[in-house]
Amino acid sequence: MELTERHVEGLKHLLYNMADDLLILGHRNSEWTGMGPILEEDIAFSSMAQDKIGQSLALYNILHEMGEQEPDVVAFTRNSTNFHCAKLVELPIGEYDFSLVRHFLYDYADAVKFDMLSKSIFEPLAQVCRKFRGELKYHTMHANIWIKDLTNGNEESKKRMQDSLNLAYPIAYSLFETNEYEAELKEAGIFAGESEQKKIWKKEVDAVILESGLTIPMVKNEEDHHGGRVGNHTEHLQPLLDEMTEVFQIDPTADW
Amino acid sequence: MKIISLDPRVNRSSINKTEETVILEKLDQFQTYEVFAQTKRGTHHVHVGSVHAANENIAMLFAKEQYARRGECVNIWVVKTADVSATEYEDSDIFDTLDEKYHRNPESYKVMDRIKAYKEKGNQ
Repeated sequence: MELTERHVEGLKHLLYNMADDLLILGHRNSEWTGMGPILEEDIAFSSMAQDKIGQSLALYNILHEMGEQEPDVVAFTRNSTNFHCAKLVELPIGEYDFSLVRHFLYDYADAVKFDMLSKSIFEPLAQVCRKFRGELKYHTMHANIWIKDLTNGNEESKKRMQDSLNLAYPIAYSLFETNEYEAELKEAGIFAGESEQKKIWKKEVDAVILESGLTIPMVKNEEDHHGGRVGNHTEHLQPLLDEMTEVFQIDPTADW
Repeated sequence: MKIISLDPRVNRSSINKTEETVILEKLDQFQTYEVFAQTKRGTHHVHVGSVHAANENIAMLFAKEQYARRGECVNIWVVKTADVSATEYEDSDIFDTLDEKYHRNPESYKVMDRIKAYKEKGNQ
């Protein structure tokens, strides 16, 4: 099947959403490096953050093949209004309970998306998504075990998990912000869409939440935190970008 | 100079040195698990190190990232360090044995000649 111009536009939008989410959350989670709760968890969490940066690079590479700029240029020279990441991933790391709950909600959403996309007719994307599968399986396994263990730890750990879930769960809907291309991409067999992804995600995370003994938070309006996909961000994104791009700004040709 | 620490920065610092013995409190750490990794199905699991963890599940999570994130690995075992029985180092002389027991060495079997001959043939 030939891709129309609209398909290419929609694909680029989709790829930027995904790659920017991964880059920003990868950077955020790497802020725990050296400060994780215990040495082994510090290494595990940092390693997963690196997985995310690697996945974002693979997606920026596809974009580059589609005519967009080099991955480094795309990652380091845009300001926040040109980023497409969802609000969930830009929020500060907070305390470890928040970071873990965000990791749980986000990585489940990614696992669902990659699984859907591994059947895409757009082969370059389908191929990398199949490659990501193993990493994502570990990430969700890691999230599951921690969510269950900490919820069943003691009163304080349970309360912390529930409080963080109450905070992060409604914001996680920012990941599923729909766009004008959704129907066309679905029809073409490129991506079955954010609404479908949300449905599967909700089923899966809610099952883990209930099984752990937590309560599923109420979400009054799923669109409350939308906007990231079109460049409307929280005040937390620009400072993150300033820090992330510091070296590149000083010397864009630096070898490092 | 009396060495009070193996860290030279501590020895050089001007902190008032007291003669009091400081008793270190027991570290508040999780128990350890020994990690065994297998690089290929059918081969032996090899001891690769240990991790601190609250339970088996967490130990498995940690073992994967500490010891299998770069190399090849198809399977991991974790075993509580406390569950491992070991010989005492002071008994290590039990491993000493006379070396004049040719009958124990595979070289003394006649079949070795045939194996050697086969290997040489293969090398030609």
